[in-house]
Amino acid sequence: MEAFTTHTGVGVPLRQSNVDTDQIIPAVYLKRITRTGFEDALFAAWRKDESFILNQAPFNAGSVLVAGPDFGTGSSREHAVWALKDYGFKAVLSSRFADIFRGNSGKQGLLAAEVSQDDIELIWKVLENHPGTEIKVDLVSKTVECGNVVAPFEIDDYTRWRLLEGLDDIGLTLQHEEDITAYEATRPAFKPKTLPAKVDAR
Amino acid sequence: MGKTLAEKVWDAHVVRKGEGEGANAQPDLLFIDLHLVHEVTSPQAFEGLRLAGRQLRRADLTIATEDHNTPTLDIDKPIADLTSRTQIETLRANCKEFGVRLHSLGDKEQGIVHVVGPQLGLTQPGMTVVCGDSHTSTHGAFGALAMGIGTSEVEHVMATQTLSLKPFKTMAINVEGTLRPGVTAKDIILAVIAKIGTGGGQGYVLEYRGSAIRALSMDARMTICNMSIEAGARAGMVAPDQTTYDYMQGRPHAPEGADWDAAVEYWNTLNTDADATFDVEVDLDADTLEPFVTWGTNPGQGVSLSAKVPSPDDFGDENAKAAAERALQYMGLEAGTPMKDIRVDTVFLGSCTNSRIEDLRVAADIIRGREKDPNIRMLVVPGSARVRLEAEAEGLDKVFKDFGAEWRFAGCSMCLGMNPDQLEPGERCASTSNRNFEGRQGKGGRTHLVSPVVAAATAVRGTLSSPSDLESAAAGTLTGIAV
Repeated sequence: MEAFTTHTGVGVPLRQSNVDTDQIIPAVYLKRITRTGFEDALFAAWRKDESFILNQAPFNAGSVLVAGPDFGTGSSREHAVWALKDYGFKAVLSSRFADIFRGNSGKQGLLAAEVSQDDIELIWKVLENHPGTEIKVDLVSKTVECGNVVAPFEIDDYTRWRLLEGLDDIGLTLQHEEDITAYEATRPAFKPKTLPAKVDAR
Repeated sequence: MGKTLAEKVWDAHVVRKGEGEGANAQPDLLFIDLHLVHEVTSPQAFEGLRLAGRQLRRADLTIATEDHNTPTLDIDKPIADLTSRTQIETLRANCKEFGVRLHSLGDKEQGIVHVVGPQLGLTQPGMTVVCGDSHTSTHGAFGALAMGIGTSEVEHVMATQTLSLKPFKTMAINVEGTLRPGVTAKDIILAVIAKIGTGGGQGYVLEYRGSAIRALSMDARMTICNMSIEAGARAGMVAPDQTTYDYMQGRPHAPEGADWDAAVEYWNTLNTDADATFDVEVDLDADTLEPFVTWGTNPGQGVSLSAKVPSPDDFGDENAKAAAERALQYMGLEAGTPMKDIRVDTVFLGSCTNSRIEDLRVAADIIRGREKDPNIRMLVVPGSARVRLEAEAEGLDKVFKDFGAEWRFAGCSMCLGMNPDQLEPGERCASTSNRNFEGRQGKGGRTHLVSPVVAAATAVRGTLSSPSDLESAAAGTLTGIAV
């Protein structure tokens, strides 16, 4: 994963709460078996509407999405994060993220920064009054800067550290391989195994 | 101090405790007892393993099935949609390469991943269960800690059989009392979500407790735990009891003999201690609960079936007001309309929420001997091939077919429309599934989430209805004749 320290880019105001992952990427796009190339799928249904924010310059070149509360609810599809990244987003600001979405973002190097709703409202106003305003997201100081608004954001320390260092989760865990093996030896015999199959399914 | 059920299961799976305390603590490394795999969220994870030259650590704790993309008609023919077919074929190739047990389309154990695990007896109390699907919370009905994960985590579990997780907070959902006839587990969970909101459970594991929960069957408990994610909670649990053991005993992968005894002894410890405390407690009165339905575009936008479509002005919060306005517009509804006056086009009985044998039975009981509204199309999609066989053995397929419903093969189907089962733009559906998001069941489709009994009654009357409306409708006809 690429390390993340700061990013500066055009802010996109998305004045909507409960943006679920079905909206971020409709299910029909989940049939692909690749991990990239999802930029066309991002907000696919909404983008058919010409007045949608991403269909308007300069927002179509945005890289920091500023959304309402409860962003990324619903389906666990990591494709939502891939689509945001493939389109060019580096960070999403919201006052509340769904747990799975936030976790997926952290694995993929998309910064999910929790900003208070009051600050989100202030940032929305700046972006709407001055389209094209850039937002600076600083993971080191945990602040966002947009016009004259400077706001702190929350992110858990572990995710922050991994993003700053650009660390691979599996690699980190495999450093504790001995612990896993030791745990496996203690598992009770009554716990089920999928193999061999105890059914004839044909 | 005592522990909650969730804390007990968590503690029993810690491979390595994260360093530090409180908010600054690193995540714990937890062992995963069962990894369920399906075709949509796994291809990139398998590819990740291949690229890194990593092995699947525990094929014997992994099981796959085909569900999201699978057609529910003509399953003996090649899948017509090429991208769907490619995804299914990719799963088959990956399972073969990595030695994963796979239940493919056409095999007796194929079906929705969350129906398959429990029916095989692979889901057991006190386990950690994960799957690249948010409705993995379903398995919490057995007192397992079960949660949905993203594809990166799927790959992590494949490579290490563990997950790094930060401890959750705990929330008790206390449901006391007795459900009235026609009120079901689905109504409980829809009412819970309306009460705490789609973000209310965020960061929590929910434990459903109280006399109304204890009285529920396993199928019903699964319905409740299934939709925990719609309240923002990654997991929901019910402590195991005799109902759980009776369901489990004799299933193919349930423990046997001395193992069974040892397992039950352990399972009996899996309940929240009397002196344990939850971070939050929420109460719901089962006695007064009515059938619950959604009017909007998120699962928290629900009301009693006897209520009216709310007005945006009913909401104090500006965001909720704006969301309601947008939802009403999308749903094509006017504030103040009685929910029971809403005419639907399609009834969908299926999904990991409500496609188990009991769901089919209660729906069949309502439509048996009645006539379907002629303008309604009804799809009945069993949760698994096994459920379908069981239903056919009981003659339920005939009840549905005589009624004029379509009797389909198992899969996720119209819950998310990745296969051909989709709504047309503007088409309105009473659906026993879990998400009423914009476009979820097909672009422009309008979804009302309902219980199986409301789905069945709606198919009879043509408008959103409960079984009690059917009786009063019949009485009304008689009155009409007398006049």
